Amino acid sequence: MEKEKIDRRSFLIRILWGASGIVAAAASVPMAGALLEPLFRKYPVAWRVVGKTDDFVVGQTVLVKFRSNSALPWTGVTSQTAAWLRRVSKDQFIAFSVNCTHLGCPVRWIQDAEMFMCPCHGGVYNKDGSYAAGPPPHDLPHYPVRIAGGQVEIQAVPVPITKI
Amino acid sequence: MLKKLWNWLDNRTGITEAITPLAKHPVPPDAKWFYVFGSATLFAFILQVITGVALTLIYQPTSETAYESLRYISNQMPLGSVLRGIHFWGASAMILLVGIHLIRVYLMAAYKYPREMSWISGSILLVLTVAMGFTGQLLRWDANGVWSAIVGAEQAGRIPFFGKGLAYFLMAGESLGGATLSRFFSFHVFLIPALIFGLIGLHLWLVLRNGISEPPKARRPVNPSTYRTWYDTMLKEKGVPFWPDAAWRDMMFGIIVVSAILVLAVFSGPPSIGAPPNPADINANLRPDWYLLWIFALFALMPRDIESFAIAFSPVIIGIIMIFLPVIYYKGERSPLLRPWSIVIVLFIVTMVTVFWIQGVKSSWSPAFSSRPLPAKVIGNVSQEAKSGAGLFYRKACIYCHMVSGYGGRRGPDLTYAGEKLTPDQLTIKIVNGGGNMPAFGPSLSGKELNDLVNFLGTRKH
Repeated sequence: MEKEKIDRRSFLIRILWGASGIVAAAASVPMAGALLEPLFRKYPVAWRVVGKTDDFVVGQTVLVKFRSNSALPWTGVTSQTAAWLRRVSKDQFIAFSVNCTHLGCPVRWIQDAEMFMCPCHGGVYNKDGSYAAGPPPHDLPHYPVRIAGGQVEIQAVPVPITKI
Repeated sequence: MLKKLWNWLDNRTGITEAITPLAKHPVPPDAKWFYVFGSATLFAFILQVITGVALTLIYQPTSETAYESLRYISNQMPLGSVLRGIHFWGASAMILLVGIHLIRVYLMAAYKYPREMSWISGSILLVLTVAMGFTGQLLRWDANGVWSAIVGAEQAGRIPFFGKGLAYFLMAGESLGGATLSRFFSFHVFLIPALIFGLIGLHLWLVLRNGISEPPKARRPVNPSTYRTWYDTMLKEKGVPFWPDAAWRDMMFGIIVVSAILVLAVFSGPPSIGAPPNPADINANLRPDWYLLWIFALFALMPRDIESFAIAFSPVIIGIIMIFLPVIYYKGERSPLLRPWSIVIVLFIVTMVTVFWIQGVKSSWSPAFSSRPLPAKVIGNVSQEAKSGAGLFYRKACIYCHMVSGYGGRRGPDLTYAGEKLTPDQLTIKIVNGGGNMPAFGPSLSGKELNDLVNFLGTRKH
């Protein structure tokens, strides 16, 4: 009789522990959802107009600014992102990421030297974005760019993350 | 009257009853000035909590308004700059004190039985303290702040398999966006401090449970089967009450530390706020705060082939070493005199950090973008070609990495006397092909330009 009583109690306690676990886990799901939201969000495939085709001179490389694909309505100035855009010929454009492949710092185009240089650790890329010197492990990535209706459009793609 | 009020309050709450045994618990009598760094870290942390809460009264944790609110705190709010200064120098003090505390504990092998968990919880606290420093710097949300988020994400991105996900997790999006700052604010203000509070609780509880480690003595090894009995007997015979016999030193050193923080906050102030947080503004000159400069230098100077692996795996390796150190070396000698390797390791790490830190302050690998054309007095009375070459030395960005008579960058060799060290042919080959850390300039130079440049460098002699 005594033994059965204890067993009943410990059985119920076990049920309580199980229920606590389930309730706690259920309450944690939305928390985990908020934490992981950036990984599950749908990012639009966004083509951003960066100017009229005629605004760009053949052979020149200029910084163009546009809205990133992760901008939210309240993002403000942080929603801006940029690319280095070069008009290669009458109807050919090429766009380079501004993020150094080393650690993501913003590279600068040095017109006369025809190179991209990074202020952080001195990474250098050639005119075509290929690796030239310093610590960067890869070439500078290209961004998709197209001409539509007399305007140049760049696709706002994710910040390129260098893999090992 | 006040005495009466206190007696009533004490009677109903039991404050004295609860505190006395803690305050009077016996500690080893010879635990002296080496033992003040942990408590000083705690005092600095309390200061961080107080100033941090004060900052959140004004600070706007949104990507659009944070920058302006911080400018308001710094420039207009009464004593706002001092408040930021205390928070900044408090953070600096925490990092420094945590480091000294770690070295002290390591040298005295205080992590041995039964204090292994003190070491492990302390190691996690060290990581969290650095994480607070990094996220705090980011919350300044100026150009340096937004790029810190990207640099942090890029580092996380090196981790195999889930690195990319982790990078976007940290940035709160595939690029910087409206949730990036909110995320780091939440980490810096809620999540990490919650973990720190919990772990400090554990860390302090372990001091009470296992006692303050007695200063080591050579040839008095820790024997786990007898240590606790020996320690308790030692305390009974020689122990002194923590308060005030030992605690006065903690108090005194704490007063010195907090005073130093206040003095620095008033006279040196907080770091200035840079350009607005616009990720499209690429003219940022990015630097971490001083205590991370040595890692910044490490990133610049590590061999390129191993760097990605080092970024991905060194935190794991260091973590494993930290956790397993007290588990493997849990008994035996504690005195640094009989553990000479511990001294060697500490000296090695401190020297390395110092060397890299000095390199980080210099940052000679960064192109000197702010260089101006070489002044006429440096160029001197030279031929027309050489004059043109001097102009090219600036325009073709040679000057970003090479110095001539004190003007220019420090990445490459100083070319003040280039004309004596290299022949025109050698100069030409080097400029055209590059090599080592120098890019090839052949493609961007015409024949005449190359000739002028070599001509100019040829005139650089004593």
